[in-house]
Amino acid sequence: MSAAPRRIAIFGATSRIATEAARLWLARGVALVVVARNPERLRMLTEDLGIRAGGLAEVDAMTADLADLDTLPGLWNSLTERFPDLDGVLLAHGSLPDQARCEATPETMLQEIRMNALSAMSLLTVIANDFEARHRGIIAVIGSVAGDRGRSRNYVYGAAKGMLAIFLQGLRNRLHGSGVTVITLKPGYVITPMTQGFDREGLLGARPERVARGVVRAFDRRRDVVYLPWFWRPILWAIRLIPEPVFKRLPL
Amino acid sequence: MRLIEWRDRTAPLPDAVAPLLARGNGRSRGDVCRNDGGVLLLTRGMDCMIAFDRATGILDCEAGMLLGDLLHWCLPQGWMLPVVPGTRFVTVGGAIANDVHGRNHRVAGSFGRHVLEMDLLRSTGEHLRIGPTERADLFAATIGGLGLTGLITRVRLRMIPISSNLMLTESIRFGHLDAFWEINDRLGPEWAYTMARIDCITRGRSLGRGVFFAGRHAPPQPAGTRVPGWRDRSRSLPFDLPSSLINRYTVRAFNAVYYRTAAFAGRRLQHVQGHLFPLDRVHDWNRIHGRRGCYPYHCVLPHAHARDGIRTLLKRIAASGQGSFLAALKTFGDLPAPGLLSFPRSGVTLALDFANRGSRTLRLLADLDDIVSAAGGALYPGKDARMSVTMFRRGFPQWERFATLVDPAFSSTFWRRMNP
Repeated sequence: MSAAPRRIAIFGATSRIATEAARLWLARGVALVVVARNPERLRMLTEDLGIRAGGLAEVDAMTADLADLDTLPGLWNSLTERFPDLDGVLLAHGSLPDQARCEATPETMLQEIRMNALSAMSLLTVIANDFEARHRGIIAVIGSVAGDRGRSRNYVYGAAKGMLAIFLQGLRNRLHGSGVTVITLKPGYVITPMTQGFDREGLLGARPERVARGVVRAFDRRRDVVYLPWFWRPILWAIRLIPEPVFKRLPL
Repeated sequence: MRLIEWRDRTAPLPDAVAPLLARGNGRSRGDVCRNDGGVLLLTRGMDCMIAFDRATGILDCEAGMLLGDLLHWCLPQGWMLPVVPGTRFVTVGGAIANDVHGRNHRVAGSFGRHVLEMDLLRSTGEHLRIGPTERADLFAATIGGLGLTGLITRVRLRMIPISSNLMLTESIRFGHLDAFWEINDRLGPEWAYTMARIDCITRGRSLGRGVFFAGRHAPPQPAGTRVPGWRDRSRSLPFDLPSSLINRYTVRAFNAVYYRTAAFAGRRLQHVQGHLFPLDRVHDWNRIHGRRGCYPYHCVLPHAHARDGIRTLLKRIAASGQGSFLAALKTFGDLPAPGLLSFPRSGVTLALDFANRGSRTLRLLADLDDIVSAAGGALYPGKDARMSVTMFRRGFPQWERFATLVDPAFSSTFWRRMNP
């Protein structure tokens, strides 16, 4: 087992969870490379992280469209050229699809699968080989509890996250013994300010700060599969146990 | 109420068919942060730092930044916010919109005094830079402006240097109200941060007994000194307790124990956050009042009538037997607050909570209003859900000028209540 990462690349860094995780890592002096699509948002985030780091940790940024799968190997190569000491990766990019539109048109559905599964899997293919050759590194990917069982309200998103989870299982199996850690993170409902305090999802919902603390802890402990917060593990265990003839009738 | 998550300080305001209102962390204890039938712009996600000058301590940040996050970052580097309220779970924007005050009002004034500049997004589409000399009228309206003048996006603040994140603190017990005034006069000049907790159940000779808390920033401690640390180890109250839990017997017992034990520590070193945010240790503490909740009551009386006024208020509260255990008494200094609707002003301020007992509680509060009015005082809009229009207009004589500067697309439940 190698030491804690010295430099972590965060893909989809402007998402709430990723931003909070970045702030926590910086406070511990971990160097970061933040990657996101929107240059303006990324600039604001880098400014913020730079001030919070106060010269104690390096922060670099790179813009990239992670939905453009062909460019991803090139993106990773240019990252490792600039930062040969990269030894941690957090994939936090994705989108929350409009299920109704995914049901209406195959194009939308495929686009969401691309954004939530294929993009991460393309990147992981390059990153895994790279880390495997160097016998070190931590790869963590933000999946979702939605990937544990399909339900009518969000099965396209669920299918993408489920595919990602199985891919990661295989990758973890393959890289076992190579010194590379593969972490699947499965957040439940995340309270964005949007839902905070206004509906009863608040009972199970967690603030992005709390989820981010879990992400950082998962890196520290080199866990395999982490539910965030922890109580989703027994909940999903129970949900997976429901027999399909019963489950299909449930209004989920 | 429609909710819009606001993360981008450069985004334009939505085309609103309903009135807009910014909401930070929602800790205002009344309807100034509500907008029934309107749109709430939730700003907690807009919390980036923008620039910090280590030489001068001048910070630019987005308005959704939590004071707690700011302190967590700046205290270890030797900087402190010049004014903090009793909780760190408020945003910078919210602190400005309510022009909050702290225990050091006598020396530092209100929060707004340390705001050097803001960017304000108006429904006209303008993104205005406002400051004490730039669009000064709009700046004065925005400080303490209850979020009604537009959306504050960026704030420039002045921080103060501190030589350690510790405070030297002193707690002193006093047996009655007169002793409070004596201690307050004696300790005021030496201690920047002062306030007292009052037992508002006891009557007669023990009327207004309590514990006085004083603090000041401590100098660096010699190497090897055992200094108190501070861990964010707060508990939360995950559900509403039964409303009947807070009654005259439990409050009397709690207050008696508190009065006898809170001053045990005497003089000691405390972490800044431990001293200034004792209530933050229990998240959602308001749930002790149960589903019916409580009415906060926070008034200020000018010095000229303060001693009589406070005594009359406490007598009336003690006679009602409805007092709760969170009464806070402190003095405001003479530094003027910059906002047209700022609550802090020269005088004495008393803050309490009353468990909601329906009309009985409202009758008591109406009586207290009469006492406050007679003394020429005012009530804090940030903690109000029931004051009368007359009470508001008397307490905030500049309200008419303020009203001309309100953004026509912005409103709140409170503002509609004050403009029926």
